[in-house]
Amino acid sequence: MKIKWKKRLAVLSLGAGLLTLSGCHGSKALPEFSVPADFDASGNYEITFWAKNDTNKCQTDVYQKAIADFETLYPNIKVNMKLYTDYNRIFNDVITNISTGTTPNVCITYPDHIATYMTGKNTVVPLDGLFADEKYGLGGSELLYDGPTREEIIPQFLSECVLEEQHYALPYMRSTECCYINKTYVEKLGYELPEVLTWDFVWEVSEAATAKNADGTFALNSQNVMIPFIYKSTDNMMIQMLRQKDAGYSTQEGDIRLFNDTTEEILYDVAAHVESGAFSTFKISSYPANFLNAGQCVFAIDSTAGATWMGAEAPLSDISEDAFVSFETAVRMVPQFDPENPRMISQGPSVCVFNKADPQEVLASWLFAQYLLTNEVQIGYAQTEGYLPVTSKAQQSSAYQDYLARSGEDNKTYYPIKIDASTLLLEHTGDTFVTPVFNGSAALRNAAGQLIENVANSVRRHETVDEDYMEGLYSDVTALYRLDQKDIASGGKQELGSLPGAAVLLLAALAVSWLLILLYVLRDFVKKKKKH
Amino acid sequence: MKKKLALTLTLALVLSLTACGKSQDSGSDEKSEGVMTYAEYVDAALDSEVVIETYVQAKQSWWEDKATLYTQDKDGAYFIYNAVCSETDYDKLTPGTKIKVTGYKTEWSGEVEVAEGASIEIEDGNYVAPVTDVTDLLGKDELINHQNKFVSFKGMTVEAADDSGAAFLYNWDGSGEDGSDLYFNVSLNGETYTFTVESYLCDSSTEVYQTVKNLNVGDTVDMEGYLYWYEGVNPHITSVTVK
Repeated sequence: MKIKWKKRLAVLSLGAGLLTLSGCHGSKALPEFSVPADFDASGNYEITFWAKNDTNKCQTDVYQKAIADFETLYPNIKVNMKLYTDYNRIFNDVITNISTGTTPNVCITYPDHIATYMTGKNTVVPLDGLFADEKYGLGGSELLYDGPTREEIIPQFLSECVLEEQHYALPYMRSTECCYINKTYVEKLGYELPEVLTWDFVWEVSEAATAKNADGTFALNSQNVMIPFIYKSTDNMMIQMLRQKDAGYSTQEGDIRLFNDTTEEILYDVAAHVESGAFSTFKISSYPANFLNAGQCVFAIDSTAGATWMGAEAPLSDISEDAFVSFETAVRMVPQFDPENPRMISQGPSVCVFNKADPQEVLASWLFAQYLLTNEVQIGYAQTEGYLPVTSKAQQSSAYQDYLARSGEDNKTYYPIKIDASTLLLEHTGDTFVTPVFNGSAALRNAAGQLIENVANSVRRHETVDEDYMEGLYSDVTALYRLDQKDIASGGKQELGSLPGAAVLLLAALAVSWLLILLYVLRDFVKKKKKH
Repeated sequence: MKKKLALTLTLALVLSLTACGKSQDSGSDEKSEGVMTYAEYVDAALDSEVVIETYVQAKQSWWEDKATLYTQDKDGAYFIYNAVCSETDYDKLTPGTKIKVTGYKTEWSGEVEVAEGASIEIEDGNYVAPVTDVTDLLGKDELINHQNKFVSFKGMTVEAADDSGAAFLYNWDGSGEDGSDLYFNVSLNGETYTFTVESYLCDSSTEVYQTVKNLNVGDTVDMEGYLYWYEGVNPHITSVTVK
């Protein structure tokens, strides 16, 4: 089934984070939101919800059911959903709509993007007041549904929604990346698959998998195609490698540390393995799943939220049935430099509430946003992919535990690779991290991946990757993502340089004029004093 | 004298109109110096630099100074993916516009294309490719020789797109909504193929989008579109006529 070639556009829409922010400043600012004492149930509210799905019918079904159930509870709130399949399109549309005052009420988003939305004054509602409201807050007494208390939201996931010391979002779902492995091939090459993959192991096995037969086919699969190691998100690849090495990326304040010696070492490694044919990326070659499932890949790294596409028995696939090969699929966390202290990225959608002139409309929006954290929605959505519910209330529920326990019962709801991926995150939530969020952090993330993509492309095009190349690369990527303009975007101070000559002359003339006026006044004062 | 002058001017006018007509109708496939022929492009290795002159047939999208184009010359077609292009230049591109493209050849899930980041120059010349009927090539290996061309399929039958019996789906699995890509199945000689109305190319305001939304299982249809590839043939349909 042909699915999602356009997803590629989504991923490649790199510069969304670079959109001009002037639109945000052009709109009339809304008053600061304050929580109404009561929800006016006599009013009718029509709110818009911009939702993101992974081009997955099951996910849109969960959203639609959630809306229908919510509208039954609150007949005076109508929720209109607009579906997106990628975050950057949502981001782009939100930015456009901030300038016209037509933002959605509730929106699936990433904290990186909220940081940019917040350049518009009072655009996004800070949620701490709403969290704590006794009636309508988390676990509030007047809620018409059984939502989680604040303590029941996984603290780590909730903390990811803090910007400028306030919560501006609720976590909705969480995922991480994992490595989907053709275990059969690993063993065929003479290796034993460890519980924790190291980068050295993955590179070594990948190099071994490039061996060819005399007829030009690959020894491992007897096919014409074999890309042993494919990474879907090179942004995440670079970010995780740097974090695992405790190397620079950015400070919490938004100072960029990406261009450092460790980054360069990583890029040289990448270059060497691209050169040998051991490594490629999604942007260059296509979806890792397509190669893995066809027996043309050993290590495929993709989101846990893509698990239903991965493996020899994957329920979803873009390749034809006859292209599948039989193999044992294994799931592991992403490769590590220090297996004793694994680190992996935390990702997944959050949900924010936009401010409106009518506080009651905002409260209605909040009621819906909070409803998305109820067990039925959380568990329903988590089952569609290798997602993890964001509340302990859902994670510990008998319904979710039953779901996990039934792994392997079928290749749809209980597809074992999907449940393995979710379990991996469940067991390693404490090993996840997020990158600092600031206005410009989305661009920095894209830049991190672009370094790998550029190096990989250059090697394939037989360019020389050396010190001079790296210097040019850093400069090009800085310019492409306007990383040198971060301070401008975030309203920080800039070094403006010396004043132009004309300005200096004008200021000097003004100073002389004021001096002469002052002298005249003084002289006049002295004269008058003498007369007296 | 006046008669001679009038005759001379008339002849000049006729000649100039003839010249214009040739340029508009057929263009010229004589390649400039350093530019590849289509055959040379086909023979070029993947990841090698390519320089081509071709003619825009349709514009798919523009996004942050990147344009994706369906292009063709007299000998074959070229898909240009995310080429560097200002919005001003993008607006100048109309069906038939001649462009010179410098970039790298690549392949992505079976689709051979000029990779992201290519440069575009607008040149003088105009050529709109005629449609090529490839109905008889469906299911045959030769079909790929027409990859990216403007093609037609005739006399195919609309089949159910899913178990519910719907004639089309929003997105491949029905997860989309109005404005999303449309997927529909058509059959010929017992074989069923999935065709797409690519929403960036033909959005929900277009006639083809509305026509596909009104299809019924069992309809016989003629179609035109661009022979895109994604893990197999995946035409981007631009017109559907119900017979």
